[in-house]
Amino acid sequence: MGLLSKKDAKLITDPLADNNPITIQVLGICSALAITAELKASIVMALSVMAVLAIGNVVISLMRNIIPSKIRIIVQLVVVAALVIIVDQVLKAFAYELSKTLSVFVGLIITNCIIMGRFEAFALGNKPWRSFLDGIGNAAGYGLILIIVGFFRELLGSGTLLGFKVLGDPIEKTGLYAIGYENNGFMLLSPMALIVVGIIIWVQRSRNQALIED
Amino acid sequence: MENRTDKNSYTILFAIGMVLVVGALLAFAASSLKPNIDENKRLEKQQNILYAMGVNENDDSSANFVSTTDAPELFKKYITKQLVIEGDKVTEDPEAYLIDVKKEQAKAKAGLERKLPLFVGEKDGKTFYIVPIYGKGLWDAIWAYVSIDENMVVQGAYFDHKGETPGLGANIKQRFFMDDFIGEHLLNESGVFKGIDVAKGNADPKNENKTDNEVDAIAGATITGNGVTAMIKADLKLYKPYIDNLKTN
Repeated sequence: MGLLSKKDAKLITDPLADNNPITIQVLGICSALAITAELKASIVMALSVMAVLAIGNVVISLMRNIIPSKIRIIVQLVVVAALVIIVDQVLKAFAYELSKTLSVFVGLIITNCIIMGRFEAFALGNKPWRSFLDGIGNAAGYGLILIIVGFFRELLGSGTLLGFKVLGDPIEKTGLYAIGYENNGFMLLSPMALIVVGIIIWVQRSRNQALIED
Repeated sequence: MENRTDKNSYTILFAIGMVLVVGALLAFAASSLKPNIDENKRLEKQQNILYAMGVNENDDSSANFVSTTDAPELFKKYITKQLVIEGDKVTEDPEAYLIDVKKEQAKAKAGLERKLPLFVGEKDGKTFYIVPIYGKGLWDAIWAYVSIDENMVVQGAYFDHKGETPGLGANIKQRFFMDDFIGEHLLNESGVFKGIDVAKGNADPKNENKTDNEVDAIAGATITGNGVTAMIKADLKLYKPYIDNLKTN
């Protein structure tokens, strides 16, 4: 990355692997369970969180010297809530179709612990540009896990990817279904999301023993 | 050492200032965008109604509305009458499609007379009666526009929701679910209103039996499906007297 210094690049690459917000910090699990039954929703959620987290980090970082420490959590909450509501209103006015796709995510974005976590842990103590990169990086790390989970849940649960029937038609019995394959309905339910996240954590920690805590 | 930002007076002033700024910002955004948002909602209703009577741009698998620019014109062309039914009184109202079904349901609960909007569409010599219905799913509101013929056989349906789970309950607005309703009978063999059950164990996943008053449920979306069943039973039933009247006249 010629554009970024080594230190800045780490802000983006770290959350993708060894400091992933979901698998290492175990934040944002609730939304990872709620919306990963299909791949498209995972991608939409990843992009929305990225926008909100990057902008919110910058706003908090710009205000970091004037925010009273006693009410900083409330200030963070107000910033993220106002941001999300304004974005939602603007989308409703000018990109109505998109806003309908996002409607269910709005509440989930506001309550996403990763956003408050990064405001508190990073943006309050760092300059806007670095906070921006941190927001992008953490949202990318979050999105990566969401997309992996969404991929497996949609493929094994519905036999589709992004709505395309990649394994054949389960009702007409074509493709894999012709030889007796069945969709696993359990994959569509939230507990399986947790189990998939668990498997990712397992794989990640067995490849990098340093991540294992005593 | 106490920081400037740690003082109580500063904290209170900051809080007041923040509330004023954010409040003003949100109020400004809401009021300046409202006309656009209302217009979008109005066009969406027209698109929904047209969709239910088969005026849409569906391709092989996905549900597509007519474009927002064409919607007002097509709406005028295909929707010949917009009726408001109040008890035995039926009046025409060119803005019936703007009636808020949720508010009318609340009126009925409070013991007042409920306005029932009904849209009459003509396409290829066939008459469609399009009914808006409203209910609740797992997380929030669900609603639909169902078009029926004079025998209360469903000709088309458009379902939508406010916040059902993506991939599960949200799939009620997918073609594979909505299209199952086409051809389904709302009445049983003896002509009594029975509705359509979103049934889990109906052993008819291809939906070949159109007179069983059942469509196949979505796995993992039981409560949303029950909501669909309930709103069909409760709201569509109210139109039966009017539809019966049509046949006798």
